Amino acid sequence: MERTLSALVNDRPGVLARIAGLFSRRGYNIASITVGVAEHPGFSRMTIVSAGDDATASQMVAQLLKLVDVIDVEDITREPVVRRELALIKVQTDKVTRPEISHILEPFRVSIVDVGHTSITVEVTGDTEKVDALLTLLEPYGVLQIARTGVTALLRAAATEKERGVMAAEGL
Amino acid sequence: MQSQAQIAVDSVLEIPLPTSPRAAGVSLPVNTGADLLCSLLLQSDVEVIFGYPGGAVLPIYDALFHAPLRHILTRHEQGAIHAAQGYARVTGRPGIVLATSGPGATNLVTGLADAFMDSTPLVVITGQVARHLIGSDAFQEADIVGITMPITKHNYQIRDIAELPQVVADAFYLASSGRPGPVLIDMPKDVSSGPAAPARLPQPGPRGYRLPGVPDPLAIARIRAVIAAAQRPLLYIGGGIISAGATELLREFARRCRIPVTATLMGLGAYPDGDELFVGMLGMHGKYAANHAITDCDVLIALGVRFDDRVTGKLERFSPHSVKIHVDVDGAEINKNVAVHYPLIADVRDVLAALNADPPQPDTEQWLARIAGFEAEWPLQFKAETDFLKPQAVIELLAKATSGTAVVTTDVGQHQMWAALFYPYSRPRQWVTSGGLGTMGFGFPAAMGAQVALPDATVLCVTGDGSLQMNIQELQTVVENGLPVKVAIINNGFLGMVRQWQQFFHGKRYAQSKIGSPDFVRVAEAFGALGLRATTPDEAAAVIEQALAYPGPVFMDFVVREEENVFPMVPAGKGNDEMTLEWEEV
Repeated sequence: MERTLSALVNDRPGVLARIAGLFSRRGYNIASITVGVAEHPGFSRMTIVSAGDDATASQMVAQLLKLVDVIDVEDITREPVVRRELALIKVQTDKVTRPEISHILEPFRVSIVDVGHTSITVEVTGDTEKVDALLTLLEPYGVLQIARTGVTALLRAAATEKERGVMAAEGL
Repeated sequence: MQSQAQIAVDSVLEIPLPTSPRAAGVSLPVNTGADLLCSLLLQSDVEVIFGYPGGAVLPIYDALFHAPLRHILTRHEQGAIHAAQGYARVTGRPGIVLATSGPGATNLVTGLADAFMDSTPLVVITGQVARHLIGSDAFQEADIVGITMPITKHNYQIRDIAELPQVVADAFYLASSGRPGPVLIDMPKDVSSGPAAPARLPQPGPRGYRLPGVPDPLAIARIRAVIAAAQRPLLYIGGGIISAGATELLREFARRCRIPVTATLMGLGAYPDGDELFVGMLGMHGKYAANHAITDCDVLIALGVRFDDRVTGKLERFSPHSVKIHVDVDGAEINKNVAVHYPLIADVRDVLAALNADPPQPDTEQWLARIAGFEAEWPLQFKAETDFLKPQAVIELLAKATSGTAVVTTDVGQHQMWAALFYPYSRPRQWVTSGGLGTMGFGFPAAMGAQVALPDATVLCVTGDGSLQMNIQELQTVVENGLPVKVAIINNGFLGMVRQWQQFFHGKRYAQSKIGSPDFVRVAEAFGALGLRATTPDEAAAVIEQALAYPGPVFMDFVVREEENVFPMVPAGKGNDEMTLEWEEV
């Protein structure tokens, strides 16, 4: 099954390479990985989407925790989380299809971020299902290019107490 | 009236001489990054470095020229790192390696992987090209940090000399604490040669590194209850007992609870061979009784082990009836290969100490009698001969001549298994072998490092004709440094274990396993060591006696029977109780 892991890591050179290397060496797949600065300077938060059964997922967490630069890891697959990804989609358009496409886009609450003579670029944010659904609808018009960020995720408010404990242990 | 000269001498004498490496490190003059490195190494109680110079470490060697640090110049960087492993394995303290950038660093890769697999503490320093050249494919540039990420516990590249004190402190702490392992520090040449100020070694504190806390009393209580209710409990112990320094606690626990003990290859010496509760080594070439005991036990107490495939055999048949308790300091070893019922991530010392406070008392007399029955069914054996030499006989003669007290290192293959089975180890850190990685070429340099650490000990390297040739150049290092290592070459003219597998599983097609050797006696003499040869048991006994009496290094060339096999053997894909005890031609 699909797994979402959230990791708090040191923001140091090579950390991404250590984590990507660990996944490839142990034969864990990476569907997506997102990295960005976390709430405190010197830390990054990574969201890794992978696949595996419960045993594999707990091995992933244990192996990640062994990396010195990894402060904390959680398998948030079954936790209440906010999951988002962003996609930029360039769709072929002409005079006839443009209004049709606009019509499709409306309920998705997306923004058109670039317009050309033969194409438009759409920015969509949401969970993976929403992005996939939009892509399916746009495909008949000719999707020219796609750039997706992959999923990033945060625990919902009710579930974050544990994490605060970890940060406190680090003196933050 | 005092002369000027007298005054000068007196004032020099008044400066207190450094009494320890630590004191010497603090008082070492520091002008460059390399000086600071030497000062910090001394402050970390380093007494000896195994290394090899080159362009990118010239500033460090320049600093070493004056620093009170012993340096052993090996003949290959691989020799240096295996020597440091030998040093670390017999002392429990980190072995220190210094090598240059590029090929110097890449020659360390096998040793790093070996140390990582066998949880050996090392602090390895590599030179790197100057910072402005990094990434330009400069002369002797290799991305050693990238290359060694998966085979080090952690690694660092020093981009700013200000980081160095904390990195050195953290490196020693990481290497030695928790599950020990190798840590690498990559030092660009301009950082080593650039300016630096003296610094005290700070407190270690790598952010994100946590060790298990005191074991939960509830978990201990549950484990105690499971053991107390056991009818056929078995202690399955490994290298973790030795690195945790838990040998005495283990012995106390086993004896007070009367629970039999089986050890992995890495755990030999943690429990004394010959003790009534010791069943011997288990696994692919484990003892008959040990492999039956682990198959039949009802409670398996796994301490400081990792359920390696050479130990478990076919997983479905591995200890199928047992409730499994697993204590390890490394959380990633829990449930990795074998699912266990009572996992406990903790320092095994703490767990054994807690259990010893109120040891469970299972009734094991019937079980011990049953194990004695296994032992009687097929005791460890070989057919002794008088007119030619058998490898097992050589090990027995070595054991007898050294009263079983020598430090024994080995390479990898048949000789390693015979040395594991036929030499009785009785103390931790007495047995130094390449377990996880299985590195041919490990044994001889490891013996060298062990002898550096223990100058007065009898250090015996049991090796094969194939393995020795992988790092035979270190004989020069051994001779130069007056290290009286005794090398026992089990010379069968084959890569014996490869040949054994080819005989059993590849229709006796001995592809590339017949291996020629130089005349080892004359090789020894050419290097300035003593060379001896034996072809019969009588000659072997005489050669061993002569070698042990000789004050310097010796090569003992034991010419043994070619087609001798290691038994028992659990063939790949079989269960531990499906051992082959002798080979019948099909």
